[in-house]
Amino acid sequence: MEALLDNYNTVAATTVRTWFKACKVEDIPKNGGACIKYQDKQIALFNFARKGKWYACQNLCPHKMEMVLSRGMIGDQEGMAKVACPMHKKTFSLETGENLNGDLQPIATYPVKIEEGFVYLGFSE
Amino acid sequence: MKRVLVVGNGMVGYKFCEKFVSQQQADDFELVVFGDEPRPAYDRVHLSEYFENQDAKALELAPADWYAENGIRLICDQRVTDIDAAQKQIRTANGRLHPYDYLVLATGSVPFVPPIPGVEKKGVFVYRTIEDLEGMMAYAKEINTKKPNGKAAILGGGLLGLEAGKAVLDMGLEPHVVEFAPKLMPRQLDARSSAVLQLKLESMGIHIHLSKATNKILGENAITGMEFSEDDTLDVDMLIISAGIRPRDELGNTCGLEMGTRGGFVVNDKMETSEPDIYAIGEIALYNQLIYGLVAPGYDMAEVAVQQILGDATTVMPAEIDMSTKLKLIGVDVASFGTPYMPADKGLSILFENKTKFTYKRINVSHDGKTLLGGILVGDADDYNILHQMYLNGMPLPDNAEELIVGARGEGGSAFGSAMALPDSAQICSCESISKGTICDSILDGSCSSFKDVVHATKAATGCGGCKPMVTDLVNESLKSMGKEVKEVICEHFDYSRQELYGIIKVKGITTYDEALDTIGKGDGCELCKPALASIFATIYNDTANKEAVIQDSNDRFLANIQRNGSYSVVPRIPGGEITPDRLIVLGEVAKKYNLYTKITGGQRIDLFGAELNDLPAIWEELIAVGFESGHAYGKSLRTVKSCVGSTWCRYGMDESVSFAIALEERYKGLRSPHKLKGGVSGCIRECAEARGKDFGVIAVEGGWNLYVCGNGGATPKHAQLLASQIDNETVIKYLDRFLMYYIRTAAPLVRTAAWLEKLEGGIEQLKKIVVEDSLQLAQDLEADMQDLVNKYECEWKQAVVNPEIRKRFSHFVNTDERDDNIAFVDLREQKMPEPWIN
Repeated sequence: MEALLDNYNTVAATTVRTWFKACKVEDIPKNGGACIKYQDKQIALFNFARKGKWYACQNLCPHKMEMVLSRGMIGDQEGMAKVACPMHKKTFSLETGENLNGDLQPIATYPVKIEEGFVYLGFSE
Repeated sequence: MKRVLVVGNGMVGYKFCEKFVSQQQADDFELVVFGDEPRPAYDRVHLSEYFENQDAKALELAPADWYAENGIRLICDQRVTDIDAAQKQIRTANGRLHPYDYLVLATGSVPFVPPIPGVEKKGVFVYRTIEDLEGMMAYAKEINTKKPNGKAAILGGGLLGLEAGKAVLDMGLEPHVVEFAPKLMPRQLDARSSAVLQLKLESMGIHIHLSKATNKILGENAITGMEFSEDDTLDVDMLIISAGIRPRDELGNTCGLEMGTRGGFVVNDKMETSEPDIYAIGEIALYNQLIYGLVAPGYDMAEVAVQQILGDATTVMPAEIDMSTKLKLIGVDVASFGTPYMPADKGLSILFENKTKFTYKRINVSHDGKTLLGGILVGDADDYNILHQMYLNGMPLPDNAEELIVGARGEGGSAFGSAMALPDSAQICSCESISKGTICDSILDGSCSSFKDVVHATKAATGCGGCKPMVTDLVNESLKSMGKEVKEVICEHFDYSRQELYGIIKVKGITTYDEALDTIGKGDGCELCKPALASIFATIYNDTANKEAVIQDSNDRFLANIQRNGSYSVVPRIPGGEITPDRLIVLGEVAKKYNLYTKITGGQRIDLFGAELNDLPAIWEELIAVGFESGHAYGKSLRTVKSCVGSTWCRYGMDESVSFAIALEERYKGLRSPHKLKGGVSGCIRECAEARGKDFGVIAVEGGWNLYVCGNGGATPKHAQLLASQIDNETVIKYLDRFLMYYIRTAAPLVRTAAWLEKLEGGIEQLKKIVVEDSLQLAQDLEADMQDLVNKYECEWKQAVVNPEIRKRFSHFVNTDERDDNIAFVDLREQKMPEPWIN
């Protein structure tokens, strides 16, 4: 289980070494999310159309270690973009990864960029 | 600078000054007030308190300094003797002339002294001023020193006379109230309430003599008795006359003002007399051919005169003046409002009398029982304020109007709503004309934060004080309404309760979540408001969960129940739990094909667990092919209507419970609601379907079905309560349509029917009124809305499998067809289960 978590570490925009061409913009529902497979990682990708922003984080919820965050509802808490896990409604900031309604460890977040209708995820390896 | 002269410094004259100087334009005026009493205006309404404390200062409406501080010249102990309307000036007793631009006459009244032989004798008093009281007290002291059991009579059993009776008691004499009419307070009370009041007063040592006409005052120099007829006399040592009032209108003769035949200056609704720039207010003003001897209309007149003089022509007296009063008479509550007694052709009366407790209550209602016309309260006038407001505002009466005076029976307490239910325009403090809106706003706008603040800022409750309890309620409720924890908003994005949102969305015709956020919400939404609004859209437009998938809770988004390892379960609808062998076989085949764990649910259907997201459309395609539909096991929606086998097979069955359960389930399938909904139908009282453990339960009895509502199992089990008994199938459906739709419209998110009913004011009895008796006149609307939803029903899985766009949703990854390799199962009794959670 620890090994699963170790697979996900936040990547800062400045440390991106690989931009992975994940999908087309229209593959992700507006104001919703879907899951991208990159190597042995599952990344939850969100098109936060209301904010005009894209967010990416680990698909793994650190609460019960299920690959489900991409199926969660997104929204904001006092302006902070967040996702709620569909299992038990644990909420995480999509900006910092921190658990907003508990003291679970933060989730890893990843940079996203849009180019010519495609969505790219940033990884440091 | 213009000059306003006020003649008279009584309660109404003072009120004029107070209202005048509070206006901004008052700075352009000079205000001079003449009073002929030696002291500034005092509270005559509470005059009898002077006997207790002999503190004239305590009765003062404002100290002498107040006038100077507000730029008012107060000239006390100076009578005005003439008005020269042509020259616009007045003359005072000392011969001085005072010019005016506006003249306000507030000379009030003097006690009416009937022309009875002997009224000039020593020991006969009137009851009006502090000086009168001082004279009485000195005389009473004299009597008390001469004899032990002195007696004093009061001529007049009206309001003031009874107050004087209390004064006599306080002076240590035996009081005898003598009234010409056959009842006490003839203007306010009917015969029965008078009798109750009489009993109470007699129990306190006040003797009452009704239907007595006084012929003569007996005695040489000083009074020794009263003679009613030849053999009917009463020995008394003192007499206080309180037989009504006469306007002090002598000034009118000096300038030819139009007067009534029984005195008083004729005024129009602007308080203007027949001479230009001369106004009359208070007990001197003859308005609608009547003199108003109450302080509240006098204050209203003062307000009108102030506004008229300052140039606001729109403020006028209402055509009808409310003569309602409430007072504490010698410690006894007495109140009357509206039409206290009336002929039977106008309406009907509801009476309550309890002589053992000296209480009497009467309310008069219109023939249709819908409107309150007036009433009388003696002994207990706690509910006067709310009754008075119901009368003034024409508020609808509750179904059982008698509860207004005898109290609600059983649960629920008061028959009244709270004071907060009144319209903002409702006058709470009638002495000062303060509306509910003014009181509440002073809290809501932040300028006041306590009862004291509000009294200070608005002057509410500074008059008779009768409105104190209501003002307190309003202050408390308003404060509560500002506390964030009190208001039930669904989340930080919408400042509304679910019920409010339902109404707003319906009225505004909002159809999408983003539109709602942009027009009535803020921010970007969250996991609380998204499903709540999705549910509301489903109720109003019958949107299935496919329309806006991203605002659905995860289960609704994928039309299946997410299980422990992120796999899903599949529950096809099996209405009433009835299923053919062929369909059972299909379920078995599908389960085998997709390697699903199968179990019978509590709701008499079959759950297929362990389906991967990617397989859901294919599984459903096969189920739909043989006629299955979505069971909505994943939604906050109707789940199942459980049934026992009923009279078709069971030897005890009273009716066909399975047939009816199927009909109900078919009717309400797909219905989305604040929480899950479950039903049950039992064929007899043995209740094998456990219908009373459901949100709605139907049980066959002799002569029809009993309908129970608002039960549940779960963490706090509740038996459903009886809503209606021995009704036929159509009536069950009619009531269920109303009940379910009313619940769906008004419940907060994730509140089941039992918890909702607990919060519903009036509980099951109120629900019966709404559903069965249609007390809110909503039934047609509720039934129509439900029928509309029934007509628009669509199986959302059928929508999904035929639509390639929707089907794309059911893929774990968007960038590959690979499956989620994280899902792992272990064996369990020849089937499978997810790997146990470690943490």
